[in-house]
Amino acid sequence: MPTITIDGKELTVDEGKTVIQAAEEAGIYIPRYCYHPGLRIVGQCRICLVEIEKMPKLQVACYTRVQDGMVVHVNSEKAKRARQQVLEFLLVNHPIDCPVCDQAGECYLQEYYMQFGLYDPKMIEDKNKKHKAVPVGPHVMLDSERCILCTRCVRFCDEISKTSELGVFNRGDRSELLPYPGKTLDNPYSANVVDICPVGALTERDFRFKVRVWYLDETKSVCPGCATGCNIEIHTSKARPYKNEGRRIARLKPRYNPEVNDYWICDYGRYGFLFVDDDSRIQQPLVQKDGQFNEVEWDNALYMIHGVLNQALENGKSVRILGSPQMSNEDLYALKRFGNEVLEIHDIPVTVKPLEKPYSDDFLIREDKNPNTRGAALLGFDTDHAATEKLLADCRNGGVHSLIIFHHDLFKGFAAEDVRSALDKVETVIFVGSNMQPTAELATYILPACTWAEKDGTFTNHAGRVQKFDAAVDPLENSLPEWKILRRLAKQFGHAFAYFEAEDVFRDMAKKVPAFAGMSYRALGDRGMVINENGRPSQQAEVKEELTVVSK
Amino acid sequence: MAETQGILMPLIQSECQILKNYRDRGGYEAAKKALSMTPDEVIQEVQASNLRGLGGAGFPTGRKWAFVPKNSPKPVYLVVNCDESEPGTFKDKYIITKATHALIEGIIIASYAIGAHTAYIYIRGEYVRQAEVLEQAIQEAYDNGILGKKVLGKDYALDVYVHRGAGAYICGEETALLESLEGKKGWPRMKPPFPAIEGLFRCPTIVNNVETLSYVPFIIKNGARWFAEMGTERSGGMRLYCVSGHVNKPGVYELPVTTTLREIIYEHAGGVPGNKKIKAVVPGGSSSPPLRPEELDVPAEFDALMKLGTMAGSGGIIVMDEDTCLLEILTVTTHFYHHESCGQCTPCREGTGWMDKILHRMLHGEGRIEDVDHLEEIANGIMGNTICPLGDAAAMPVLGYLKRFREEFESHALYKKCFDGEFAELKAAS
Repeated sequence: MPTITIDGKELTVDEGKTVIQAAEEAGIYIPRYCYHPGLRIVGQCRICLVEIEKMPKLQVACYTRVQDGMVVHVNSEKAKRARQQVLEFLLVNHPIDCPVCDQAGECYLQEYYMQFGLYDPKMIEDKNKKHKAVPVGPHVMLDSERCILCTRCVRFCDEISKTSELGVFNRGDRSELLPYPGKTLDNPYSANVVDICPVGALTERDFRFKVRVWYLDETKSVCPGCATGCNIEIHTSKARPYKNEGRRIARLKPRYNPEVNDYWICDYGRYGFLFVDDDSRIQQPLVQKDGQFNEVEWDNALYMIHGVLNQALENGKSVRILGSPQMSNEDLYALKRFGNEVLEIHDIPVTVKPLEKPYSDDFLIREDKNPNTRGAALLGFDTDHAATEKLLADCRNGGVHSLIIFHHDLFKGFAAEDVRSALDKVETVIFVGSNMQPTAELATYILPACTWAEKDGTFTNHAGRVQKFDAAVDPLENSLPEWKILRRLAKQFGHAFAYFEAEDVFRDMAKKVPAFAGMSYRALGDRGMVINENGRPSQQAEVKEELTVVSK
Repeated sequence: MAETQGILMPLIQSECQILKNYRDRGGYEAAKKALSMTPDEVIQEVQASNLRGLGGAGFPTGRKWAFVPKNSPKPVYLVVNCDESEPGTFKDKYIITKATHALIEGIIIASYAIGAHTAYIYIRGEYVRQAEVLEQAIQEAYDNGILGKKVLGKDYALDVYVHRGAGAYICGEETALLESLEGKKGWPRMKPPFPAIEGLFRCPTIVNNVETLSYVPFIIKNGARWFAEMGTERSGGMRLYCVSGHVNKPGVYELPVTTTLREIIYEHAGGVPGNKKIKAVVPGGSSSPPLRPEELDVPAEFDALMKLGTMAGSGGIIVMDEDTCLLEILTVTTHFYHHESCGQCTPCREGTGWMDKILHRMLHGEGRIEDVDHLEEIANGIMGNTICPLGDAAAMPVLGYLKRFREEFESHALYKKCFDGEFAELKAAS
C-alpha cells in the first residue's frame, strides 16, 4: 500500500485511490464540483487542483491516483491561487443571483466563495445569456446561466438511471446543458440530478421557492415507499408553518448507504410523502353513526371498542385482525402481542396484493410497495395474500363478528363487490390508519395512526436489513403510533404493555424474537443491521457523509 | 521547370496523387523494404532518424510507436491526424492533394511497425476537395494491390478509411479526435491513459500527423542517418514551413530544420513588401508566442525555439510588418480560441471568452490600464490548468504578446492608439 504525504500528514492508503479520496481519509477536504463518488471521474471543473512534488503542472486531485512517496500540497500558495482562479472563472458568466436562487444556502459556489473566493472581482464585461427557468422534466427546473457544466447530471443519466436524457450542447462559454431534442428528463430517478447539482442550475419544481433551506431541519429516516428501504433525510419546516403551504415536510433527500441505495432514491419515494400533510389525514378518533362520523375522545373511543370486542369474545364470537406491512417492527410486535395475549388470535394476515402490478426495476424500485413485509414475516404474521383472501371469505360467510383493519384499502386489492359483500357481514369494523380512504369509510370506529415521519421505529427491508427511522415531526393532532394505540387498548382489557418509547418495544422484541437478537437502536446506527440468521447480526462501518465541508 | 530541392516538395510538384507519377519516382519501394524488415527494426530506424511529430508537439515519432504494448490482445489502430486547423498552417493539404501516395506509403510503414491492420485518416470537414483526392488515391492503391488483404503482395493486411470531421479546431487534439472518430462530441480525454495504451475504441492507438508520416518512406529508403544528418542533434530532416503574412512570396517551403527564421523570411519568402521593418514573427502557428525582429536568427526548430520561450509548433510562420496593430492581431487570435474552446473544463471555457471580451473592449477604445494585468492573470490561470493543450494554446499568445510587446497594449489602454515613439516619452513623463 502506498504511503503518501498530504499537507505534511503522512498516511498509508489503498492502491488505486485518488488523491481526493486519500485526502478525505486524512481529514483534508479538497473542493470539488464535477467529482462525485458515485459517478465516473472526468476532471472537468478543475477546482480540485493540487500541487504534487516532482510534477511540473498542478494536478486534479480527483483523477490523480496515489503513488508511493507522493508529496501533495493542497494548501500551497500555488494550489490555493489556482483554485481561487478556477472559482473566479466559474463566476465569469454566472448570474450571481443568489437572492432569488433557490439553491442559496446549499450552493457550493457560495460555500467555496466564502472559503477562498476573490472578494475583489475583476470581471466587468457583459455576461453570456442562456436559457432560464426551463422545465426539463416533471420534477426538475433548469437555469442554464447558473450551470457550471460539471456534467454530474449528464453522467447520472448516462450511468445510474441509464436513460441519457441530458447532454452539453454548443461549445466554449456558449456550452449549455439541455435535454436532447425531443427528450424530457422523465425517468424514475430524475430528481437525483437536483441533489447532485452543486449549484442552482437544477432545482426541484415541487420544492423551489417554498422555503429557504436554512429554515429546514433534517431528520434521518428510511423511505416507506417500497421494500428496498432507501435511506433518506426528511427536511422539515416546523418553525414557519405559513411557508410551504402549511406542509411541515418540505422535501425528502437521499441519505448515503452503500448497502442499500448508495446516494440515490427514486422519484416515487421522493414525492411519496405528500400524504403526511394531506387534508385526508385522520386527526381524531371517529365513530360512525347513521352514516356520519363523529369525533370522540381517545378514552371514549377505546372504551367503546373494548366494550364491543369484549362482548364478542364473551359470547364466543370471532374477532379478527388484518395487520399491515406498512407498520414498523415495533407496531407489528405490539400487534402480535395484542393479538396473542389479549384476543388470543394467532393467525394475522398482513398482505393485500394490489390488483395492478406495480412498477419495479432491477435497481431500487421493488414490486412490494411495503417497507416492512420482511419484518412482518419474521414476527410471525402471514404475509401471503391468500391469507387475507381467506379472511374476507370468512367474513362473507358470516363467521367474523369484529374486524380490526390496519391501514389497508381493500379496494386496491380486491374487487369492490368482494370487499362490500365481506364487510357487510361484519358487525363491527375498526379501522386504524393515517388517512381517510374508501375502506375506512366502511368502518364503525376509526382510530388515527400517525405516519412514519411522526414516530420512531424500524423497518426490515427485503434483504433483511433492519433500519431505524426517527420522528421528523410531531404526530398530527391526536394521532398516535400504532404501538401506543395497542398499548392503550390492551390496558382496557387489563393487560399492561410496559412501553413508553418505541425503543422499549424494540428492546423487548430484540429479547424475544431471535431474528432481532443483539440489536438495539444504538447498534443499528445509520446503516442498519442485517437480521440475525446465524447467530450474530452484522454491523457496518460508520457513515461518511458526502459533500461535508470541512471549514478551515 | 527546374527540379525543386527537398523531399516532399518534388513530389508535390510532380502530381503524386496519381500512382503512376509516384511509382516513377520510386514510390512504394520503401514500403516493400519495410515489409521485409521486422516491425522493431522499422521502429528503430525511425527512432534513429530523429523524426519528430510535425503536427506541433514535436514528440519523437519512433519513441511514440514503441509505446504500443507488444502482443496486445486488442487490435491496434493508426490514426492520421489531418485536422490541420492551427491558424497559419497549410502544409498538410498540399501533401494530401499532391503527394497523396507518399502519405499512403507512410501509413503502410507505420501501421506495419505498430502492428495495426486498420488506419483512419481524420480529415477536417473544411477540406472537401482534399478528402475527395485522398479517397481517389486510396481507391487507386486498393485497385493496385497496395492496400487490402495483401499489401504489396506481402502477407500483411491493411485497410485505410477516411473520416471527415465537422469543423472543430479541438478535434485536432488527439484525444478529442479519437472521441470524434468514435462518434462522440469532440471533448479531449483525461490522460493517462495515453492513446498508445488506450486510444480509439479503448484500444492501443498511434496518432500521427500527415507530414510526419509522409517523411517515413524516405527515412526507410535512404536510411535514418541521411535524415538525421540534415537536422540538429535531436531533431532530424527537413520540414514544411508555411509562411504567411507580410512577405513577398507567401507559401510552403521545405527546408532543413536548421534554417533560421531570418533566412526563411528573407531568402526564401522574399522579404517584407515595401522593405518595411518587421514588428513581430509568429514562428509556429497562431498559438506560439511571437518573436521580436532582433530574435530571428534562430533555427526554426523545436528545441531552439523552446529556449526562446516559444515553439516551432506546426511550422506556420506569420510575419507582421511595422504597421501591424498587435492588439488587433491578439484580439483575432484570442477570438479564435474563444470560438474553438470545447467548453469541457473551466479555465479554458470561461477564460478564453473573458480575454476575448477584454480585448474587444480595448480594441474599441475602452481599455483600461489594469486590463493589461488582468489579461496576464487570466492567461496564467488557464496556462497548464486545463485538460488539453487548447487552454495553453489560448494563453500562450496572450502571455507572449504581453511579454514582448507590452507597450503596444499599454498604449492602446492609455492613449487608444498603437505604440509609437511618442508614447515612450509620455510614459516616461507620467
